[in-house]
Amino acid sequence: MEKNIKRYFPIFVLPTLIAFLIAFVIPFIMGLYLSFCDFTTVTNSKFVGLSNYMNTFSDKEFLNALWFTVKFALIAVVTINFFGFIMALLLTKGLKGTNFFRTVFFMPNLIGGIVLGYIWQSMINGVLAHYKVTMLMDPKYGFWGMVILMNWQMIGYIMIIYIAGLQNVSPDLLEAARIDGATELQTLIKIKIPMVMPSITICLFLTITNSFKMFDQNLALTAGGPSNKTAMLALDIYNTFYGKVGFEGVGQAKAVIFFIIVAIIGISQVAISRRKEVES
Amino acid sequence: MKNNKVSKVLTYIALIALVILFITPIIFVVMNSFKGKLFISDQPFALPKGEMFAGTANYVTGIEKTDFFHAVGYSAFITVFSVLAIVVFTSMTAWYIVRVKAKFTTALYFMFVFSMIVPFQMIMFTMSKLADILHLNSPIGMVVLYLGFGAGLSVFMFCGFVKAIPLEIEEAAMIDGCTPIQTYFKIVFPILKPTAITVAILNAMWVWNDYLLPYLVIGVSTKYKTVPVVVQYLMGSYGSKDYGALMALLVLAIIPIVVFYFTCQKHIIEGVVAGAVKG
Repeated sequence: MEKNIKRYFPIFVLPTLIAFLIAFVIPFIMGLYLSFCDFTTVTNSKFVGLSNYMNTFSDKEFLNALWFTVKFALIAVVTINFFGFIMALLLTKGLKGTNFFRTVFFMPNLIGGIVLGYIWQSMINGVLAHYKVTMLMDPKYGFWGMVILMNWQMIGYIMIIYIAGLQNVSPDLLEAARIDGATELQTLIKIKIPMVMPSITICLFLTITNSFKMFDQNLALTAGGPSNKTAMLALDIYNTFYGKVGFEGVGQAKAVIFFIIVAIIGISQVAISRRKEVES
Repeated sequence: MKNNKVSKVLTYIALIALVILFITPIIFVVMNSFKGKLFISDQPFALPKGEMFAGTANYVTGIEKTDFFHAVGYSAFITVFSVLAIVVFTSMTAWYIVRVKAKFTTALYFMFVFSMIVPFQMIMFTMSKLADILHLNSPIGMVVLYLGFGAGLSVFMFCGFVKAIPLEIEEAAMIDGCTPIQTYFKIVFPILKPTAITVAILNAMWVWNDYLLPYLVIGVSTKYKTVPVVVQYLMGSYGSKDYGALMALLVLAIIPIVVFYFTCQKHIIEGVVAGAVKG
């Protein structure tokens, strides 16, 4: 049977493979190579070794974006998971109307980043207008604006994953704890949290990668303003490519560094989940 | 027992407060979309009544300025055909990769998985230049690019499912004289349907909302602008910003998503969770 299928390679694999080569493989290899080159379009490149990477590490805006992204990711990850988990607890009490609440909380997740960004830009500026300031006057407004936006977008999503995890906790276990006289807090810490550990791992990594890769929301909410102080990594890379001529090589080097950071996060997620599977 | 009742009431109060927090931004935008544009910055939280009420004026300017219905049409075209292409082609590829055990299929599988962890910024410049050279800067070209860039996650998800299908059914079909193509479309694909729905939903949400890829490949100077591109185009350009038109466009951009969400809510929530757990 296998030999029979094998002959059908052009029909089963070729369409996907051609698109994959055009949209991913070739651009990826070119991108790696061009990060060591000086170029303005892809056809006039000149090899310059590591100088693009040197420039990247002495680029204040890049370092600022890196620090901003790390700070943002830390706070967003903690707040989103905290609120998402609490809301999941509220919605697994078996109350009436749970479905309605779940539907409402999840909805923002479907709205695209650009639209989300402008919704919050107008909301936040509306509130700040009361104090006669705008969001672009101080980077801290943009920072907290982004934290609020990200919470609004992702809490429902994370909550749904926690709900699925909590529903898998065996009712027998909870019943036994209740008979032994455990308080709600004890049940939560000693039973529920350890039992949903796999969901917690998934949610932590989802929020970390999404925070690191955030672009659309950043562009729409502040566009990096004031003076690129609220630009995150993805937006800084974009600005380096398209904002100034002659810095394409540096932009590509930044993109490679960005890729390595995101890949390390992704690989450690796989490693951690694998180890957990072995243990259990 | 009394304690229980109190905690129930408190839970409901908390949940209702949260619902209000969650829908405030949406109500804010809807409310302001009916206000004259000068009042939006002056009195952002007032109801659009009396002289502030602008009727549908914002909607008319917003639609005219951006040619909004064309944008919806191009967005819909690109989304529908990209999702179709992704579901059909990547599921076929996944079946082939799982059923044909050879070095090159294993290599292909790892390349697809690898592509999942690569952020778009890594390939954004080179991909858009390559797309230009190959004349892919059209809605149909976008379908090719989405198929290619979306292949990683979709092949990965289909592979996980195909591995669980027993070989015997397919073998029986082939002994009865089915070609691999018939076997695939008559036997395998119907079994894959639940995963196909998940893959379709995840990709539909991504393609519909995606901004950077259509912006870089198609740009703003052609007529093929998508919804996120026209929203950014209205606000991102220099000059005076028409917040009235923006509010109207935001409402119009949300409506299709809300309709889609309420018609297949169950599938969407399940699909997104399945995608998260696997991805």
